[in-house]
Amino acid sequence: MNNEALKELLYKMADDQLILGHRNSEWTGFGPLLEEDIAFSSMAQDKVGHSLALYTILQELGEQDPDTVAFTRNAEQFHNSLLTELPNGEYDFSLIRHFLYDTAEALRFEMLTQSSFEPLAQLSAKIRGELRYHTMHANTWIKQLGSATTESITRLQKSLEYALPYALGMFEKSPFENALISEGIFAGEQVLEDKWKRKVEEVLAQTQLQLPAWDTITPHLGGRVGKHTEHLQPLLDEMSEVLRIDPTAEW
Amino acid sequence: MVKSMSKPSLEKVYQWLEEVKDPEIPVLSLVDLGVITNVTISDKVRIEMTPTFVGCPAIDYMKNDIIETLNKHGQEAEVDINFKKSWSSDLISEKGKIALKKFGLAPPPDSKLFTDLEILENAECPRCSKTNTELRNPFGPTLCRAIFYCNDCKEAFEQFKPV
Repeated sequence: MNNEALKELLYKMADDQLILGHRNSEWTGFGPLLEEDIAFSSMAQDKVGHSLALYTILQELGEQDPDTVAFTRNAEQFHNSLLTELPNGEYDFSLIRHFLYDTAEALRFEMLTQSSFEPLAQLSAKIRGELRYHTMHANTWIKQLGSATTESITRLQKSLEYALPYALGMFEKSPFENALISEGIFAGEQVLEDKWKRKVEEVLAQTQLQLPAWDTITPHLGGRVGKHTEHLQPLLDEMSEVLRIDPTAEW
Repeated sequence: MVKSMSKPSLEKVYQWLEEVKDPEIPVLSLVDLGVITNVTISDKVRIEMTPTFVGCPAIDYMKNDIIETLNKHGQEAEVDINFKKSWSSDLISEKGKIALKKFGLAPPPDSKLFTDLEILENAECPRCSKTNTELRNPFGPTLCRAIFYCNDCKEAFEQFKPV
């Protein structure tokens, strides 16, 4: 099995989960209503847990231990998509991102249940079940607020248009795309992107939100190769603050 | 290091594991929770377990609890956490479901029925056993619980989520 290809896939997935997990956790104590506070906090815990499981597989493939990998790399060593690192903004943006990201995430893990790399297939089968709660949560709110008041629709529409180029960046192709596909590890970003577009169209069609034509959107790429926005490093600084102050602290 | 006594039977090991409870639900053993996926006995007791939710923060606690409990019975033990067998709420035993209800948590419905949030709408209230209830939040105080409200008891309750 092509280990370099496999590691690249695992790193980008783990980093996505860790960074968005951290962003979700920033809603703890600040949710627009208690239920949403709990929902984003729970999804944060799930996603950070998923990242730990993926970093643990990486460790078994010879990489450093999960804490070192999560807390000591700099922004340019992260492979998360730019979408995940953007600040939470207002609830409308967080909700749109949650919908766009989690739809892709659920489909990616669904595809990976078929992976020829057994540890990833097993983990994906488990994560797939958990993510049903995340996508249902996103779809429920998008459908409700996407058809509610002029303000909710206008806000979501604006956030949707802002987020879509970043969302398409999630499918930035890996240099190992062919190896991943030919070895049956992962069916590839293109297949995922197509599935994702169909799903996004299906949900948005049940709202008053307008999806621009796909070919009018230019993807914001770079995250997968370590070219990040100015927002990632401050997030990492905050996330690793305790470790940097006292590397031996128990927390 | 624990000095191993004679080799125990599989039945005995499961009996000991019954003593290890879910730290968040102290009435439910790990065996009834369905997270023990394999036990083999050779020079030591080897236990395979799988988390209810991947991000469950109690997993290390449970692992140490298993080792301590088996040590107490004079056995050396090793615990491997893996995903070879995926946990589902359907793995909770009937005895476990009764214990959950007594503890005040609604047991999970069949996970195969769970295809939409609508399905989750009416859980059976663990207090009055009626289903005049509504889902308030599919996310709760721990990853494995959802929050409901009973319209008859006029009180909130939690359900162990189907997954």
